[in-house]
Amino acid sequence: MSYLRDVGALARKDLLLELRARDTLPAMLLFVAAIFVVFHFTLPAKPSRLETSGLLWVAILFTALLGLGRAFVPEREQRTMDGLVLAPCDRSAIWLAKSLATLAFLAAAEVVALPLYALFFHRVSGATVLAVVLADLGICAVGTFLGAMAVVTRARDLLLPLLFLPLAIPIVVGAVGASVGPPVVASPGKYLAFLGLYDLLFGVICWASFEYVVSE
Amino acid sequence: MSAAAATIRPVGRTSRIPLPALAAASLVLVTGALALVFFVAPNDANQGFSQRIFYFHVSIAITAYACFAGAAWKAFLHLWKREPRADLESYVCVHQGLIFGTLVLLTGSIWAKISWGHWWLWSEDQLVLFLVLFLFYCAYFMLRFSLEPGPQRANLSAVYALFGIVLVPVSFAAIRLAKNLIHPVVFTLHGPNFGGWILVTYCVAQVAMLVLAYTLYRLELGGKRLDQRVRDLKEVLV
Repeated sequence: MSYLRDVGALARKDLLLELRARDTLPAMLLFVAAIFVVFHFTLPAKPSRLETSGLLWVAILFTALLGLGRAFVPEREQRTMDGLVLAPCDRSAIWLAKSLATLAFLAAAEVVALPLYALFFHRVSGATVLAVVLADLGICAVGTFLGAMAVVTRARDLLLPLLFLPLAIPIVVGAVGASVGPPVVASPGKYLAFLGLYDLLFGVICWASFEYVVSE
Repeated sequence: MSAAAATIRPVGRTSRIPLPALAAASLVLVTGALALVFFVAPNDANQGFSQRIFYFHVSIAITAYACFAGAAWKAFLHLWKREPRADLESYVCVHQGLIFGTLVLLTGSIWAKISWGHWWLWSEDQLVLFLVLFLFYCAYFMLRFSLEPGPQRANLSAVYALFGIVLVPVSFAAIRLAKNLIHPVVFTLHGPNFGGWILVTYCVAQVAMLVLAYTLYRLELGGKRLDQRVRDLKEVLV
């Protein structure tokens, strides 16, 4: 119970910081809207559902990267990471709380992005919404973990996309497969199950190994 | 002097098989594999002579997987048992894996050009998987060289190398999910889909590549350890 309380307190701290500073979320919202407009001009006239659902996932992935890149910036700028590591709580709670806060930002961006997508391109199916939920879990779990790694390196922001994108390819496959719909994919169940499996597998690995990322 | 000597790290465990013997074994095995591939193995009924690249392509691919698995195992030993040598060994495994992985991309690309007329085919599962792994392990080097040598670099490298071994089956499943079938499946759940001289030639080529990779691993590891020792000595002398 105290573990969940620690996670709650840490996540609340990040949400409160964002609520006061408004650094990340407005940038993510603007970025995802701008990227849809760019897509409109890069796609052929009347693009098919197959084409646009691929681009929806490109937009989601890059918007998530924007948020993930900012996740550990307050800790770096205010040098609070040492304090968090020394706090009498399990270190995986830091990762879980940060993942939840990033998930909240990403979900807020998608609450705007999905209706915009429906307005500009194609209707959003129920399977797409489910895929968004499952993909978000994987993106935030793995992305936050890698964000914590990238923030201590010299290359910092430059490194996160390089570390993250190869690991995000399975998420993209599952998410695009679940959202293209018939006639290309008759049933999204297999793809959604794959996304769930990815979340579970990488969630457990991140949870178990985060301690090694923040301690020597 | 004794305090100075204490700061110099030992060269590390010397393996039972000496390096010259390994190098000689590699030479014999690779030559034997080449002879079998070009003079003994029969021509493929569909693809003819060009199919012989399969013996190298597949054996190099499995060797690359073995290197990545070795890297993950050493990474695990570093994290779990804090073995002082495991970090460098894991890094050298990844380095060798990346070299063999690049060779998989090259040989696969040549095979694709001869068989299907294109240098690159997204429908080839193994090629796409190796491209993903290539990107992943290149990022491993970016991560490693973006950190100062020390326990933090060893930890982060080890954790990322562990991610790599999980990414292999997950990516493979993902690519299978996204594929359309062109790539010939030579290994099924019921075992290899060939026999006779083809199997013998493949096995020799596979052993040759594994021994070659191990020789290169030992060679690089020896060089890196010597380099580390020289640097430690310099520090002591300064």
